[in-house]
Amino acid sequence: MAMQTSHTPAHPHPAGGSAVTPPPVGEGRGGGVAATDAPLLEAQGLTLRYGPITALDDVGIEIFPGEVVAIVGESGSGKSTLLRVLSGLQRPEAGTVTYRAPDGGAADIHRMGEAAMRRLHRTDWGFVHQNPRDGLRMGVSAGGNIGERLMATGARHYGSIRDAATEWLRRVEIDPARIDMLPRQFSGGMQQRLQIARTLVTHPRLVFMDEPTGGLDVSVQARLLDLIRELVADLGLAVLLVTHDIAAARLLAHRLLVMRHGSVVEQGLTDRVLDDPQHEYTQLLVASVLAA
Amino acid sequence: MSTMRSAEGGAPLGGEHRSRESHGPTATRSAEGGAAPGGEHRSRESHGPTAMRSAEGGAALGGEQRSRASDGPTTIEAGYNFGYLDENTKRMIRRALLKAVAIPGHQVPFGSREMPLPYGWGTGGIQVTASVIGPQDRLKVIDQGADDTTNAVSIRRFFAKVAGVATTEHTAEATIIQTRHRIPEVKLREGQILVYQVPMPEPLFRLEPRVSETKRMHALADYGLMHVKLYEDIARHGHIAISYNYPVMVGGRYLMSPSPIPAFDNPKMHRMPALQLFGAGREKRIYAVPPYTSVHSLDFEDHPFQPIRANAACALCGARDSYLDEVVTDDQGGRMFVCSDTDYCNTRQGSREAAE
Repeated sequence: MAMQTSHTPAHPHPAGGSAVTPPPVGEGRGGGVAATDAPLLEAQGLTLRYGPITALDDVGIEIFPGEVVAIVGESGSGKSTLLRVLSGLQRPEAGTVTYRAPDGGAADIHRMGEAAMRRLHRTDWGFVHQNPRDGLRMGVSAGGNIGERLMATGARHYGSIRDAATEWLRRVEIDPARIDMLPRQFSGGMQQRLQIARTLVTHPRLVFMDEPTGGLDVSVQARLLDLIRELVADLGLAVLLVTHDIAAARLLAHRLLVMRHGSVVEQGLTDRVLDDPQHEYTQLLVASVLAA
Repeated sequence: MSTMRSAEGGAPLGGEHRSRESHGPTATRSAEGGAAPGGEHRSRESHGPTAMRSAEGGAALGGEQRSRASDGPTTIEAGYNFGYLDENTKRMIRRALLKAVAIPGHQVPFGSREMPLPYGWGTGGIQVTASVIGPQDRLKVIDQGADDTTNAVSIRRFFAKVAGVATTEHTAEATIIQTRHRIPEVKLREGQILVYQVPMPEPLFRLEPRVSETKRMHALADYGLMHVKLYEDIARHGHIAISYNYPVMVGGRYLMSPSPIPAFDNPKMHRMPALQLFGAGREKRIYAVPPYTSVHSLDFEDHPFQPIRANAACALCGARDSYLDEVVTDDQGGRMFVCSDTDYCNTRQGSREAAE
């Protein structure tokens, strides 16, 4: 299947971002979520223990098309585990994760075969790691990194792969003249942007982001957040964002889940949760944000 | 022990043989006695021309090599099972071969044995050959296309000794051809078996170091990574810069290393009438391409696969269609191109002289 010589290298997955409802743009955050649609990803009763430690305790979550959902919480609250379980990288002890494909068919992530899972990961889904080294091939040029997902989905025309790579470098604000440079010749922020370009090139419907701004200095963070916000709005992506940075969550997310000790203590629209926190832990979290 | 015996070979045979028989009351010895002195005598004799030819090998480039009569069948050296390997091992390898033929291009693990030659010299190929060879077979062994290099001569002699089979240097006459890094220029036909010696069976090993991961990639036909490598080549060099061991897709399903044959030979694998078997001794893998299976070299639509050949004619036979070796002839910068396939070159030279 990977060897089909299809002629759709640049947009091998046309149903990807364009078919879904346009996302709420800019300031309309929170209010405009298309609630009529069925959720893209739906999890119920997720439970997972690492020995005596409860990493997930009966967690449920829904992500709708075009919606950005942030999971915030302190280190060890189970937010990264939740991301791994939702993206199928780790199996929960109990509970289900259901993904609704573009054709409307729903599939249980943890029941599907490995081949189907891989196909999902390289077409409909994307994963942006905290450390760009985990998401990039460091020995492969920027163009090759961006082209990998295209080639994995059957693109076999060098010229159009290269055009797509050039276009995406421009979109993530990297000089296209650096297309043949290796990622290690790039700065940390550029590497992260390259990772985003590499993930988004196949127009996924759902992107998992694990602390995408972690380890970057503040000005670079701001630029990256701006870029992510713009791309998410343009492509109508659904994003599940894991972060401990409340400010980043406020900037990007429509909806917020607050996790502590493996369970969701509070969830709701971002502005509501951050401006009027109900749970004492959320109040602590919001009060701990440093103001410059 | 065997070297001692062949050293004795110069001594009068009959007497020696009889005396050994009288010393040996064991089963193997008396079995050997049953083989009749005449038979053993013939086998000794056959070593003579072989050795002579390999000595000539060095001068072969001068075009002097004429005496290429094939060796007739010989008898098996005492103490060896037919084909060196024991029957259980051969059965095990045949089972792996059957599986490999059933799934073209898929690497089948097998219990590779220690062989009396070092890794990298064809331990995998020699085990495959030993498992498929029969007394009626006629074996040809080539090393980089040449019949007269050390590796080819010693493996051919090995099988003459432990299987008693006839050997040949003519591609058309051979039923089994064990090869290191070349496919003969002459088209192979149905019924022939081409056995490749493979140093590294995994085509993805330079791109993905984890074997568990490459296995998964094969299982899921997830070969985008290989194309990333080709993409990188074009981006860096302007063309796909793989001149040998050029990765191929077999039967539209499995990515396969063709062993380090030049990319020039890749098109010959496509729908070849002969059975192609690949043995990797150190890596303990066997894979196969059954007759008439599609074998496609990976490429891009706008950068199609290009077999590479030196732009010259063979200095000895004038061939313009064969794969050439560049040979340095002196220390004054002198060099020439000659066919890498010695049998092909010699046949052409012979027919050209006959025509004159």
